[in-house]
Amino acid sequence: MSPKGHFAPRRACTTIAVLAAILGICVALFMTYDLKGSLDYALELRGRKVAGMAIVGFAVAYSSVLFHTATHNRILTPSLMGFDSLYILIQTLAAYFLGTTTFLLIDVRLRFGIEVVAMLAFAALLYRWLLGRGGRDVYVLVLVGIIMGTMFSSLTELVMRMIDPNEFSRLQDRLFASFSTINQDLLAVSAIAVAATTIISWPMLNRLDVVALGEEHATNLGVDHQRLVSRSLFVVAVLVSVSTALVGPVAFLGLLVANLAYQLTGTFRHRYTVPAAGLLGMIALIGGQFVLQEILEFKTRLSIIISFIGGIYFIFLLYREARK
Amino acid sequence: MIEIDRVTKRYGAATVVDDVSLVIPRGGVTALVGANGAGKSTLLSMIGRILHPDSGTVRVDGMDVARTQSAVLARRLSILRQENQVAVRITVRELIEFGRFPYSSGRLTGEDVAAVDRAIEYLQLEEFANRPLDRLSGGQRQRAFIAMVLAQDTGYLLLDEPLNNLDMRHAAQAMSLIRRMAEELQKTVVVVIHDINFAAYHAGRIIAMKDGRIVADGPPETVVSPSILSDVFDIDVPVHQVEGHLPSTSAPPPATAPSRRRRPQPCPARCANHPLMRAPLPASLPRHRHRPVHIKAVAGAAMIYRWGTAR
Repeated sequence: MSPKGHFAPRRACTTIAVLAAILGICVALFMTYDLKGSLDYALELRGRKVAGMAIVGFAVAYSSVLFHTATHNRILTPSLMGFDSLYILIQTLAAYFLGTTTFLLIDVRLRFGIEVVAMLAFAALLYRWLLGRGGRDVYVLVLVGIIMGTMFSSLTELVMRMIDPNEFSRLQDRLFASFSTINQDLLAVSAIAVAATTIISWPMLNRLDVVALGEEHATNLGVDHQRLVSRSLFVVAVLVSVSTALVGPVAFLGLLVANLAYQLTGTFRHRYTVPAAGLLGMIALIGGQFVLQEILEFKTRLSIIISFIGGIYFIFLLYREARK
Repeated sequence: MIEIDRVTKRYGAATVVDDVSLVIPRGGVTALVGANGAGKSTLLSMIGRILHPDSGTVRVDGMDVARTQSAVLARRLSILRQENQVAVRITVRELIEFGRFPYSSGRLTGEDVAAVDRAIEYLQLEEFANRPLDRLSGGQRQRAFIAMVLAQDTGYLLLDEPLNNLDMRHAAQAMSLIRRMAEELQKTVVVVIHDINFAAYHAGRIIAMKDGRIVADGPPETVVSPSILSDVFDIDVPVHQVEGHLPSTSAPPPATAPSRRRRPQPCPARCANHPLMRAPLPASLPRHRHRPVHIKAVAGAAMIYRWGTAR
């Protein structure tokens, strides 16, 4: 390696190290602060919560970064494109047609598997939309996303109104998971799903740097742009399924952490932005939940705070882009 | 060798490239000229596998570009298109480093770094190397992209209007550089170009296209003729040969133009004796081999330039 040429961006490495340290502190605080009663029980409970939030934080961040690269746009998120509202729609439809009793009796893993397959089908469809004729127009994309998201949530509402009230309340229990009541059954499956997709998709990060240059440059440099974009969207579909299944939709978290990661690392290289965004996602959830529990004493919900901060940041991003 | 075999491309009802067959042997600069919409860029994009032909095949060194692994082709053939917008924020050096991706997959070796440095030096981008691409002027950005494909170090180089956005000096330098790459490094350069003067002066072969077909093909001496150019561009194109002092097909512009309306006026600011053109060029630039006959095409009110050779 020549000293003059390429070197690992120091700022990105420092950022990742600092973020890892902050995450460590957050986890330690969350696990040990104000421990009462049975130590084993409390630690196990908190440990599972931390694991759940870490999985969600990473999944949301990673999926957002991939989505940004695939769409060549940094203000879109999978949730803006209706990914998570589709997940809820699938759940609701299943409950409606099968009845919650049958639905809930199906093995969690099998159910999750079916849902993921449905999400993958959606990703394939979206991908055709994205790359079909004249598809890369950002405005069209945003419109398609908003319309689909609205359509999915309206359909969900419609089906919910038609469901038997008892069934509905059971369904609601399932759907409205939050950060304090992470769906424990799914924890192991989710961890495996996230780990597997991450390991499989990690080698493509270098090529994604090229994809970010645009389709023509990517082709010139020997990178199959279409295949990589479709693969990224499949990974996004799995990750969004996981995070939505565990805690429900988190609208702006991905946007927030991904853009913060780009800013803090000061590089476009996925090798650095993905870990940084992942760490930021985990910090936001674990740290945020800690503050919420111990300082705000559950006066509000974490997803509301995240959406609030994320919304402000989104406006800031739009403002900054508009000024350019 | 690039072999184009009966290639056709349609957009809806419009046939953009119509059953074109062409062989471009190794080495030399080939210029694709023609009016807007003649199909030059489309043909170039199909050679560079950015577009896929509706029928016909393109082979580079015997490899069918539609079937060969893209990563393999990327070490033999590079293509630079006209519009180069990059959504991500990167520096000039980072962009040029991408040219090494086919070799290094993102982890640069010493050899890659050396190639990047050479490309930066060739295009005199040292002072911009660490600047973000979006902070550069159009011409500087264009040079950065040329440096990227130069760093890619392929035997075949397809350039779609590389002189876009370049001022006179940099256009002349870029064209000289392209020719030097062909002559010294035995690269095969195919360039889509609008300026007939540049094409006539630098290319060894000119291919003129009209309505998706090839209408003329040959050395500049034969293609750059009033009849062919008038046909290609649908406008009267008088051709003057300068330096060879050969009588041209129409009267050369007089030193003092009596009529402002009809005759193209020689522009003192752009003539060969202007201080700008006499400014010493950097040492890294190529010196031209002098061509005995220097053909200039003058269209409408265009001036006669003496590119590059001015000292």
